[in-house]
Amino acid sequence: MTREMLTGNAAAAWGVRLAEVDYVPVYPITPQTEIIETLAEWISDGMMDARLVTMDSEHSMITAAGAASATGARAFTATSSQGLLYGFEMIYTVAGWRVPLVMVNVSRGLSSPLTLEPDHNDVLAIRDSGFLQIHCETCQEVLDSIILAYRLAEDERVLLPVMVNMDGFYLSFTREPVEIPNPEEVREFLPPYRPKHAFFMASQPMAQGVAVLGGSAYSYFKYQMHLASLKALEVYGEICAEFEREFRRGYGPVEGYMLEDAEYALVMVGSFSTLGKKAVKRARDRGIRAGLLKLRLLRPFPEADLRRALEGKRAVAVLDQNISVGKGGILYSEVASCLCNSKKRPVLLSFIGGLGGKNISPHEFEFLFEKMIEAFEQGTLNGPHLLYTEQEWEEMSLLKRTAEKEGAA
Amino acid sequence: MKEEPIKSFRDIPGEEVLCSGTPACAGCGGLLTLRHCLKALGDRVVIVNAASCFTLLAIYPLNPFKNSWLYTAMASAPAGAQGVRDALDVLIEKGKLDSEEDLKVVVLTGDGSAYDMGLSSTSGALYRNLDFYYICYDNEAYGNTGFQESGATPLGSKTATTPPGERHPIGSELPKKDLFEIWKSHRPPYLATISPAYPIDLINKFKRAGQYRGPKLFISLVPCPPGWGTDPSRSVDLAKLAVETGVWALKEAVRGEVGHTVVPKRFKPVEEYLRGQGRFAHLFRPVRQEETLREIQERVDEYWRLHKLLL
Repeated sequence: MTREMLTGNAAAAWGVRLAEVDYVPVYPITPQTEIIETLAEWISDGMMDARLVTMDSEHSMITAAGAASATGARAFTATSSQGLLYGFEMIYTVAGWRVPLVMVNVSRGLSSPLTLEPDHNDVLAIRDSGFLQIHCETCQEVLDSIILAYRLAEDERVLLPVMVNMDGFYLSFTREPVEIPNPEEVREFLPPYRPKHAFFMASQPMAQGVAVLGGSAYSYFKYQMHLASLKALEVYGEICAEFEREFRRGYGPVEGYMLEDAEYALVMVGSFSTLGKKAVKRARDRGIRAGLLKLRLLRPFPEADLRRALEGKRAVAVLDQNISVGKGGILYSEVASCLCNSKKRPVLLSFIGGLGGKNISPHEFEFLFEKMIEAFEQGTLNGPHLLYTEQEWEEMSLLKRTAEKEGAA
Repeated sequence: MKEEPIKSFRDIPGEEVLCSGTPACAGCGGLLTLRHCLKALGDRVVIVNAASCFTLLAIYPLNPFKNSWLYTAMASAPAGAQGVRDALDVLIEKGKLDSEEDLKVVVLTGDGSAYDMGLSSTSGALYRNLDFYYICYDNEAYGNTGFQESGATPLGSKTATTPPGERHPIGSELPKKDLFEIWKSHRPPYLATISPAYPIDLINKFKRAGQYRGPKLFISLVPCPPGWGTDPSRSVDLAKLAVETGVWALKEAVRGEVGHTVVPKRFKPVEEYLRGQGRFAHLFRPVRQEETLREIQERVDEYWRLHKLLL
């Protein structure tokens, strides 16, 4: 084991290297590119025994990765934002092939307007595809999650692809100390991939990805995927327990921060949870019994864990770093659906923040806790609240004035 | 390894890799093409398919193949072939798969994917010199969805999206894309046009292609009775007429060097091919559209003059 300062992207590359992946089809896109560049260097130097191919698009890249996985190779690929959407068709297709592909998505807001900085509309667009989703807060988590993801995906009870998500810039380009486990230890935890299910070879002709006629066959295969995804919750628990014994780092499907005795809980996902945790601490200093629940697994959705953790709270605020235009926060709806039939249902509030990498300031977190208390004490409920500070408003007004001036000239 | 060419129908392998009992239309020129291609390739094959009529050959739980099959999507069959080929290579190299288990990787698409949506992923596979076969069965329109215009649709063809009318009397107003030249510009080791009416020529082309590593590409002009508005019993005759009139040039390009493999001694008039096809009927009735008919014939003549095979 060694300890190094690594960016989120470099940590991802290390996870892939330690997983001893066979095949990596790639296509560049900011802010993911450092992952594939790092892998390309290692493969070129002979430090990693894999084949890397630069494809002609993300659509082709995901097709090639899925096809290699269906042929029995351990495959990896990575993308971001527009790239994920460009390959979107193949995300559903590959999930339906039931292949254990692992991908990294480095979250970035979706065009238009075109931007580079993160929010989760990209990765949430593939929410319903059959890919499992692990969301990371730290660089260590990125490395570990990739190793966990292969174990999970290759488990015969699961056989679904996994997307490991990290936020662009805030995590992809941030250096943090990361423990890099020894290859031998990782190999023991994650042995080489020996597929037992169908894969291509001359002596065993097989048809994969075939069409079905009618709803009964289609529904059967879709239900199978759903049940396998739910099963993945149980498998994930087993795998994480084993990982923790081996590497002394634990990753539950949800993570609580000062949550046990909290009256007011914040629900977040990804690297911005770090901001949320700081805000919880400050709120505690002000005498508010605040806590935070971070969702690591978004698919399968850890309903029971979430319900157990949030039932009986006075109020729960879901801070979505995404926006379903015309509805609001995507995760708010998901959290609400878990709690709506609970007898100990807390008051639920919805906030949108951090879109396109917009900062969430301490002041905004204070507002959020105020709203939770107000909702609990006075029963006032409105929203979703679109977070935006006065300073941001002024910056935007300046941009608009400039735009108008240029237009008149 | 170079294989000896066959000389007569008797030499065509008797064993079928594509078995009977498919849901393809009667008289499908594509199916006849595929049957001969697979006779040439054998059964140690994985077909990587793009959305097209033949996607419906494999419907759970049945398919007519002795070989393997992977359906991908409309745009990315060559990328799927890349993944399968690379995975087989890596697994064999690493000793995880016996080399006896190796497969030929064969992309199978219609013209919609080959000429239009899949062009970018094909270009990528050619650029990367992927060791694979590509069979395009070209019925000159999006056949599976009801015969709409594609990049392969020839000038003057009626399709569901180019219905001849008062303002647009000739049907399709655009000439067919020259996919052979587009592919050839990538300088693949082997590229050929084939026809289901010329199985000996077809099989010998596969035999010649087999000696090369890298892309080996085939385009077959295939009669499509429901789309072309022709009787299924005429499919082979029509495919033959396409060659005899010079509409479909049977040729090959070895690393960009073009040679014609079947050159009619005397070219029949193109009208003989067009007449009797429902998709061209409006060019003859109620009035002959002389200008378009002349233009179609001229384009054919121009091609053969360019290659110095018509004086």
